Amino acid sequence: MDFAFTPEQEEFRRTVRAFAEREIAPRAGEIDERGEFPVDLVLEMGRLGLFGLPFPEEYGGSGADFTALCIAIEEVGRVDQSMGITLEAAVGLGAMPIWMFGSEEQRRSWLPPLARGERIAGFGLTEPEAGSDSGATRTRAVLDGGEWVIDGSKAFITNVGTPISQHVTITAVTGESKGRKEISNIIVPVGTPGFQAAPPYRKVGWHASDTRALSFDGCRVAEGNLLGARGEGFRNFLAVLDAGRVGVGALAVGLIQGCLDQSVAYAKERRQFGRPIAEFQAIRFKIADMAVAADLARLAVYRAAWMKDRGMPFKREAAQAKLFATEAAVSAAREAVQIHGGYGLMEEYPVARFYRDSKVLEIGEGTSEVQRLVIARELLGSG
Amino acid sequence: MNITVCIKQVPDPNQPYKLSGTRLDREAVQPVLDPGDEFGVEAGLKLAEAHGGEVTVLSMGPAKAMEAMRRALSMGAHKGILVSDEALAGADAQATAQVLAAAIKRNPFDLVIAGTESADGSTGAVPAMIAELLGVPQATFAKQLEVKEGTLTIHRQTQEGYDVVECALPAVLTVTSGVNEPRYPTFKGIMQAKNKPVEQLSAADLGLSVAASQQVAAVNPAPARGQGEIFEDDGTGAARIADFLKNAKVI
Ligand SMILES: Cc1cc2nc3c(=O)[nH]c(=O)nc-3n(C[C@H](O)[C@H](O)[C@H](O)COP(=O)(O)OP(=O)(O)OC[C@H]3O[C@@H](n4cnc5c(N)ncnc54)[C@H](O)[C@@H]3O)c2cc1C
Ligand SMILES: Cc1cc2nc3c(=O)[nH]c(=O)nc-3n(C[C@H](O)[C@H](O)[C@H](O)COP(=O)(O)OP(=O)(O)OC[C@H]3O[C@@H](n4cnc5c(N)ncnc54)[C@H](O)[C@@H]3O)c2cc1C
Repeated sequence: MDFAFTPEQEEFRRTVRAFAEREIAPRAGEIDERGEFPVDLVLEMGRLGLFGLPFPEEYGGSGADFTALCIAIEEVGRVDQSMGITLEAAVGLGAMPIWMFGSEEQRRSWLPPLARGERIAGFGLTEPEAGSDSGATRTRAVLDGGEWVIDGSKAFITNVGTPISQHVTITAVTGESKGRKEISNIIVPVGTPGFQAAPPYRKVGWHASDTRALSFDGCRVAEGNLLGARGEGFRNFLAVLDAGRVGVGALAVGLIQGCLDQSVAYAKERRQFGRPIAEFQAIRFKIADMAVAADLARLAVYRAAWMKDRGMPFKREAAQAKLFATEAAVSAAREAVQIHGGYGLMEEYPVARFYRDSKVLEIGEGTSEVQRLVIARELLGSG
Repeated sequence: MNITVCIKQVPDPNQPYKLSGTRLDREAVQPVLDPGDEFGVEAGLKLAEAHGGEVTVLSMGPAKAMEAMRRALSMGAHKGILVSDEALAGADAQATAQVLAAAIKRNPFDLVIAGTESADGSTGAVPAMIAELLGVPQATFAKQLEVKEGTLTIHRQTQEGYDVVECALPAVLTVTSGVNEPRYPTFKGIMQAKNKPVEQLSAADLGLSVAASQQVAAVNPAPARGQGEIFEDDGTGAARIADFLKNAKVI
């Protein structure tokens, strides 16, 4: 057994933490309030190499691994969940399908700008009528004269409407075989005629992260934009989500740690009844529980990342980590606000933002219910 | 260009310090690369990027100072020299300068870069002493710098503004914080730093036997800043503040 990060991983964590505290934290409140996607900040994260962590250098990456990516997501998420999800989705959902399923030629043409953090990409699975039941895709793509003609719509898609968005990889029905829908993945570059991103949603949290509905109306892309084998699109996207869930787990760990750090500082400072509230047992217990949650969530997340990096099957471990960490994050945010009292509801305090940002963690990349379905299926087979 | 950047490991200046006798308790606080020296490393890297050549980082300190060295190497410095010797524990500024100058002299050099003062000892004396021992000019307190055809030109920060100072290379340069924006190490840089060469030297390797010529007799906390004078504005506030500043010879 060995529960220690390597000295290099520790040094990397210190570096990302210093970057997050100096460059991101001072702007987190403002970009949240304005609902602004901060292009310059994202490009700075790119220069630090964060968007290329799990990809080899020859494709513009940093040649690190998934564990390093989780460290980065956690440390960014500890000060700002919007930038944390921007990173997680750009790498885990945007770039990862190209890396996992792209031909050599596709990797060479689509991956380097993403890995270098100059552009970001999205993952278009969810539709208005296909959420948890993501196989219920209605978007269609038909081959016509060497091009895919795409019609349909997507809902709640991250990172596709920004000035640096490069493309979205979607699931689309490309035919039917043996009475079953054939679902494939197609890369749609931003700016393709017939493809439009709606204005951003007004969300409860993640205000500085870009989320939009997409529509495809006779949108034509080259036949070569098919990613992975025809008919494998649904299965491939579920494989992308396995890793993505570990990333969301890391984001949740960052939120819990952020709540814990803020709460410890506040409890020592705030005085009531002539003493710091940190002396009241009710407050001390909340903080103890938060520390337990941070640690257990962290263990679950990094175990899953470690398994993935070793090429071991990690589907159940990923679902467990996502489920536990995100539910613990929602509790931690609620209790952190409670420790802050009325001030916890004031936007001057980061915990107010964490509170709004926490809930979506239990929903995106598979709801808690879906995680339980996945875990149970691994144990009991299809129900 | 051969550039040597002097870097010091110091107890994290963002943590409260602890004394043991007249010396800092270095066990009590996480040691870090002196934040002031990050500007020196960045300045060296920028010059090497523009003019070619290598950046060597040089430190005298305990074996643990290797961590600060790795930090500078992960930012991009090419190699390191760490002078570490029990006999050097307790070195004062002059002894430190003798050791650093001896280590620099072993190889041809164009530029030596240091911070204006360290975050812990903060005598600000070491760089000038190094210049003297090496017999080269020093250009200090640079808030802006340029190297062109063997000449170093800096804007030297002064209380009123800045002086433009020029000197021929080789030279010793000290940089202020604000001269540049030190880069963050990338993951790749951190991994590469593991394998970069760091030469480890003792005082004997440098043919030196140095001893501190200064003794710290006592350490006293800086007096807490007294409460400022408060002017209630009754219509004459501005004039009274102006008089106050005139008396203090500020304006
Ligand atoms: C901010 C944000 C960003 C997002 N980014 C992306 C993105 O980049 N790409 C993308 O493709 N999607 C994205 N999503 C979509 C997200 O993955 C879906 O919202 C999520 O999968 C749930 O789908 P739904 O919203 O349609 O809910 P529904 O599926 O309608 O679920 C409603 C409720 O029913 C429950 N439920 C559904 N089926 C079952 C069942 N079989 N058993 C038990 N309970 C069940 C759910 O758990 C939930 O509680 C994003 C969502 C948000 C909010
Ligand atoms: C009150 C007091 C307490 C002290 N306590 C200790 C102690 O506990 N332990 C201890 O070891 N020393 C201690 N010293 C000694 C002090 O660290 C040395 O004098 C120091 O090596 C050089 O002085 P400085 O830090 O003032 O350097 P400064 O002249 O202020 O430093 C300017 C620049 O010179 C370079 N430089 C300085 N020192 C080094 C170095 N060692 N290696 C590489 N580059 C360097 C750096 O670029 C630095 O930015 C103490 C000194 C004082 C005054």
